[in-house]
Amino acid sequence: MALSTTRRGSSYLFLIPAFLLYSVFVIYPLFTGLSYSVFTWKGTLRDTFAGFANYAALLTESFLDQLLPALGHNFLLFAGTMLVQNTLGLAFALALSRARRGKRLLQTMFALPYLVNPLVIGYLWTLLLSPTFGPVNALLSGAGMDGLAMPWLGDPATALPTVIVIMTWQWVGFPMLLFSAALGGIPQEYAEAARTDGAGSSQVFWRITLPLLRPAMGTITILSFIGSMNTFALVYALGGSNGAPAGATDVLGLLFYRAAFASGDVNAMGTSSSLAVLMFTFIFGSTLLLQRVLRRKA
Amino acid sequence: MKTLWIKLLLWGYAVFSMAPLLVMLLSSFRPTADIFDDPLGLPTGPDLGNYAKAWTEASFSTYVVNSLIVVVSAVLLGAAVSLLAAYPLGRRRFAGRGLFAAYFISGMTLPAHLGVLPLFYLLESLGLIDSLLGLILVYAAGSIPFNVFVLTAFFRQLPYELDEAASLDGAGPLATFWHVMLPLVRPAIATVIVFQFVPLWNDFFYPLVLMRDESKLTLPVGLTHFFGEFQNDWGTLFAGLVMTTIPLVVLFVLATRQIVAGLTAGMNR
Repeated sequence: MALSTTRRGSSYLFLIPAFLLYSVFVIYPLFTGLSYSVFTWKGTLRDTFAGFANYAALLTESFLDQLLPALGHNFLLFAGTMLVQNTLGLAFALALSRARRGKRLLQTMFALPYLVNPLVIGYLWTLLLSPTFGPVNALLSGAGMDGLAMPWLGDPATALPTVIVIMTWQWVGFPMLLFSAALGGIPQEYAEAARTDGAGSSQVFWRITLPLLRPAMGTITILSFIGSMNTFALVYALGGSNGAPAGATDVLGLLFYRAAFASGDVNAMGTSSSLAVLMFTFIFGSTLLLQRVLRRKA
Repeated sequence: MKTLWIKLLLWGYAVFSMAPLLVMLLSSFRPTADIFDDPLGLPTGPDLGNYAKAWTEASFSTYVVNSLIVVVSAVLLGAAVSLLAAYPLGRRRFAGRGLFAAYFISGMTLPAHLGVLPLFYLLESLGLIDSLLGLILVYAAGSIPFNVFVLTAFFRQLPYELDEAASLDGAGPLATFWHVMLPLVRPAIATVIVFQFVPLWNDFFYPLVLMRDESKLTLPVGLTHFFGEFQNDWGTLFAGLVMTTIPLVVLFVLATRQIVAGLTAGMNR
């Protein structure tokens, strides 16, 4: 008995370092932010209890004019990620699952941009797409497509779609690798059995492979959602902290950064903390909801 | 015929995937005037002038050293504390085990960066603003959820007879952990260390907020200063981008297996 109690006690000793580090530097700041949001601030000094006044300020017209477009852009990035990047990732995983030669090499080439710092990617593409000296436009005019040689990132109409293309270019290896792993886990016999029963290859795909990929799709959907909502470094490098051109690439992350550190508002701490709480509730809540919906279906 | 098309598309995309990185690499060896003359040209020789300029004039040397110190320390510290925590969570029975596991692992979906303002004032009160140690602690703490998740799952898979045999031999929990478990979880430790290295090396948000002193900057924020300063010197800009990227490419080539294992571990979230 004595032995088992010392053992039980020692379990907690093992947990202490991680518990302290995680609680102090991750959990505590998140929850203190909640208390920050219900006070009025004078710079870094806490002034008076504000109740929900900071939250109400977020819903005034001048702020909503920034909040709603930014949120909309986050959603467009999510939709673009799902439709373009993840569909392409699935197509590559399927095509490569049948490939005999060059599979590893192709996988590595597709996944390599994932390793590159999003900031580097943003800066690299601003140089590549530069209207004056950029190689992309040089290539397009060289190929006789002068009409397509345009300031892709400088025009508010094309800036966000261009961001989606760049994000796809960077991340497509991620769904590809996850889908490849999931495909590897599906026994060959399933498809073979279906084929002997006379199923065509499109039937095998829709009726057998795709349903079995559902768990992987669920994971990828959730991670894509979190990724799209938290986008920051890439758009910062492409359009600066204001989401240039004309706010066309503004997202929640940039808005929060500006509200906290670049607004010049005396009550910046109050405003940005309430924005952080709102974003936290929204992102974390949606993630949990998404998890629940996707699990139930699977 | 159909497979030929598929092959063509795959290799076509491979070109699209690699071309921007190739342009970056090739341009880094070309003088800026040459790049402006012909954006798609090839370097005339292995000219390292751009690199020398970025390394000395743009203080890339400082950024790289800071990044290495911060990321290596944070990854090791995060792995060490997570390893200690994952051992009882994966292998021992005690009150609150499920609760502790949920507490740690919930961090994988928490948007932790939203706590950055309170974190700023917490670090300030500890005298850890503009300090590499402060950044190390923040990063190590942030790596705990994923690490604990992967390591706990790994500990759980080990055969149960091991603990019994160890305790019959009179080994205490620490001895069991150190001599029996640690050697067996090495592959998982490698996964965790390699997998955390990439996002921490690339992290931009925390140092943007927590570091002001130019001599304490890590690569990503350093890069933004560099881009403002050398705007019109594209050759040097490309060299800076390459230098920021190289360590991760080397890591990927050396440890593809661990990176893929880390990615797929995330699937069971």
